[in-house]
Amino acid sequence: MWHRRRRLAMRDHLAEASLFNRRALFSLFVIVILGAILLINLHSIQIDQYEDYQTRADGNRIKVLPSPPNRGLIYDRFGRILADNATFYSLEIVPEEVADMDQLLSRVAELIPIEESRLDDFREQVKHQWRKFEAVVLKSQLSEEEASIIAVNQHKLKGAYIEARLKRYYPYGELTTHAVGYVAKINRKDADNLELEGKTARYEGTFDIGKQGLEKYYEDLLHGEVGYQKVEVNNRGRIIRTLSEQAPEPGQDLVLSLDIEMQQVAKDALGENRGAVVVLDTKDNSVLALYSNPSYDPNLFVHGISSKNYKKLLNDTDRPLINRVTQGRYPPASTIKPIMGLLGLHDQMVTTKTRIWDPGYYQIRDIAHKYRDWKKWGHGWVDIYRSIEESCDVYFYDLAVRLGMDRIHEFMSQFGFGQHTGIDIYEESTAILPSREWKYGRYRQPWYAGDTVSIGIGQGYWTVTPLQLAFATSIVANQGLVYEPKMLNATRTKTGELPVPAVDRKPVEGVSEHNWQVIKTAMHGVVDKITGSGHKAFQGAEYESAGKTGTAQVIRIAQNEEYDAEKIAEKYRDNALYVGFAPVDNPRIAVAVVIENVGGGGKNAAPVARIMMDYYFANYPDNPLEAYKNVSNE
Amino acid sequence: MSAMNDEKSLLRKIHIDAQLLLALVSLMVVGLFIIYSASGQNMDLIVRQAIRLGLAIFVMMAVAQIPPSFLAHRAAVFFTLACLLLVAVLLFGAVGKGAQRWLDIGFMRIQPSELMKLALPIMLAAYISKRPLPPSIKHTGIALFLVVMPTLLIAKQPDLGTSLLIAMSGIFVLFLAGLSWRLIAGFVLLVSALAPLVWYFYMHDYQKRRVLTFLNPESDPLGSGYHIIQSKIAIGSGGFWGKGWLAGTQSQLEFLPERHTDFIFAVFAEEFGWAGVIVLLALYLWVIARGMVIAAQAPDMFTKLLAGSITLTFFVYVFVNMGMVSGILPVVGVPLPLVSYGGTSMVTLLAGFGILMAISTHKRFLRDA
Repeated sequence: MWHRRRRLAMRDHLAEASLFNRRALFSLFVIVILGAILLINLHSIQIDQYEDYQTRADGNRIKVLPSPPNRGLIYDRFGRILADNATFYSLEIVPEEVADMDQLLSRVAELIPIEESRLDDFREQVKHQWRKFEAVVLKSQLSEEEASIIAVNQHKLKGAYIEARLKRYYPYGELTTHAVGYVAKINRKDADNLELEGKTARYEGTFDIGKQGLEKYYEDLLHGEVGYQKVEVNNRGRIIRTLSEQAPEPGQDLVLSLDIEMQQVAKDALGENRGAVVVLDTKDNSVLALYSNPSYDPNLFVHGISSKNYKKLLNDTDRPLINRVTQGRYPPASTIKPIMGLLGLHDQMVTTKTRIWDPGYYQIRDIAHKYRDWKKWGHGWVDIYRSIEESCDVYFYDLAVRLGMDRIHEFMSQFGFGQHTGIDIYEESTAILPSREWKYGRYRQPWYAGDTVSIGIGQGYWTVTPLQLAFATSIVANQGLVYEPKMLNATRTKTGELPVPAVDRKPVEGVSEHNWQVIKTAMHGVVDKITGSGHKAFQGAEYESAGKTGTAQVIRIAQNEEYDAEKIAEKYRDNALYVGFAPVDNPRIAVAVVIENVGGGGKNAAPVARIMMDYYFANYPDNPLEAYKNVSNE
Repeated sequence: MSAMNDEKSLLRKIHIDAQLLLALVSLMVVGLFIIYSASGQNMDLIVRQAIRLGLAIFVMMAVAQIPPSFLAHRAAVFFTLACLLLVAVLLFGAVGKGAQRWLDIGFMRIQPSELMKLALPIMLAAYISKRPLPPSIKHTGIALFLVVMPTLLIAKQPDLGTSLLIAMSGIFVLFLAGLSWRLIAGFVLLVSALAPLVWYFYMHDYQKRRVLTFLNPESDPLGSGYHIIQSKIAIGSGGFWGKGWLAGTQSQLEFLPERHTDFIFAVFAEEFGWAGVIVLLALYLWVIARGMVIAAQAPDMFTKLLAGSITLTFFVYVFVNMGMVSGILPVVGVPLPLVSYGGTSMVTLLAGFGILMAISTHKRFLRDA
């Protein structure tokens, strides 16, 4: 047909038009097919895969932001804030967003003063950054003025941000450090621990965590529960609106048994001396005062302590970082004599009638070595009362040897020596209550009788913490009842205050009332008798107290040498110790004081204990005290 | 009845095709609403677009006054002029976005490739319609040469999308003129054989990337695949009824790129759903169907071929844009005609519809003459 047309070379308009129409129809057909393909494909996207794409659209626009909870506050027993949350401005840098770090740092340094050492620390921290895109603090605690200077120049400082954050603030500074502890930035180790305990989600958006003291011990109570904010963001991550919100649940407030004023009294009483003071309420062993001198400012750690300051603390020969109350390990010296005497009475090694001749030294049969009494010429005839009142050494050398180390270890364990007291901070040492097994394990040597002699006066291998001393003294005051020392009195939430019950342990059983009274009377004599080693310190006190002094040798003194404080370098001078409780009848508080390298306990430690007790009875006049005062005035 | 006829004849006198005008304006109005939504309720854009549409409609009505025979007679002149301008662009053109597309002639910038969009089908329709149909091998060859020449010039700018669409408009003329199926088959084979050569020697990196991204958008979700992924998320999350006008999250929160221009269809699909898509597609089909009817009723072969080519090319625009936005075609910079914001292309497009209207309204006059 086409050939014919070409041959004719004459145009057949009708045929051409029909050819065109066929092609046009075909085109229309293809258009409909293609349109159908479009529609079918769109159907598949919009209807069949709707849920998938809907989810992805929401994934684009909805972000879940954690809202960290406010950390619970910490109050002392009278409601004074010991750990507060305050707003601080800090200059933070996200290293990944910075093009030229050196340039940025020099620009910042032109605007606000920054120490050179701080810059070095900062560079170090950037190197050890562990979360990508996490801000590193360049300068903390900016003044309002500095913050506004940075804010104004923000456009020149890409990657640098001013952040206003709620941070811990410890208004009493070093007064509370060893008790309350502090929080600091979550580091990699903390993060790993959180991960291990499955708490990572709870800490989203949280920057700080308890590192020491109560802040660490009660981290779970203080932290609270993280909240979430569901927000709609645009493609640049800017928040357009909040879709839903789950408010964070703030942490619980802690109300402590501590009395911050009493802390101050303890600090003042210690003055420049290195030492520890702890005061327990014998009712339940709640802690009224717990102070270790010297201390340091916990606020330094909250904002990231500079390496310079940290080194200074670390290298300080007075060792301020050590919590002497719970980690200081001291020979208990004569302070354990009352309990040793109690054991003698209980085991009927001695009675109140037993008298011993003290010539000024003690010798184990057949051995030449002389164990000397602190009183060179001896106390003469001493019974249990005098041996405690005047702190006769020979009496207890003899008693200890007769009791034997095994029995001593067993009995002293019941008073908490060599164990954690259970106080609510983790920085606690068990110190050492030696035993046959302990010595063999430690030195591969058998226990010698001579070792036991020193134990009789709280020397030798035996070490205790000041808290253990107060704890044991409280057990004596309570005649065997044992409560774990705690600083936490109550927790507080929006709904109210919840008291924390005392935790009691297996009491010391089987000791007769008579024996308890003998020992208490002897301890009262320490203070009350004119010959008592604590008499001078407690002269004129308006309450009846009981106690025991202790003077611990720090160095071994040769057989024929005499201890002369003046001639000995300070660090080799004796440690002064004192334990006591009051009132003698119905005791209310137990006190332990240890002061390093100052000399005799009666002269140096007892006055500090006196100050603590005076303060207590002057400021806690309620209940039995009134009755006591009335009686004593008659 | 008579009133309606009067009205019709009145429109006819000013060379307006009522159906076509109604369909086009409907699409334009839809476009304005979507631009308003996609631009974040930017009234400035709407005003500018409305002015541009008004201008384009004016151009369309002006072109509609030109008798088709005038175009047939001046076809060669238009075509030669357009070709020369394309050469000029390559020599003196302004550079924008890595391509030379504009000629700066002092008071305005012109884009000769736009002229060619009309000049080529006019030229081919004029050339082919003078010869008996179907076209012989020789005329087919000459016609193909006329197609390839501007195509290469535009591809060189480089503007691959436009060059292919212009080539299409020429090929549609040949196809409608009855180009033999055997030649078509051979042509398809030739193109597929040449494709690898074009890939290696002729395509720019960004063009290659577009094609690769089309084949697997998820391979680079933040880079070149981002557009198409976000676009599909927008369309898919629209569902059957859509999220509602101004309520598309992908568009309002700016996850979707090129929202009011090339990807405006995704905004539409997100806010009006599959139901809206059917309506929109129906509007386009109405335009196309009307164009084909005009072609079928055209008085001579020149106008038939020209009207057919313009209509089919229009469909290709719609199909390529929707196909790319919904992920069945590679991303080429083709706006959705009449709906997308902006463009010189709008004027060209409506000038094309002006020609259709001229063809639809001048034939009676021609017959009478």
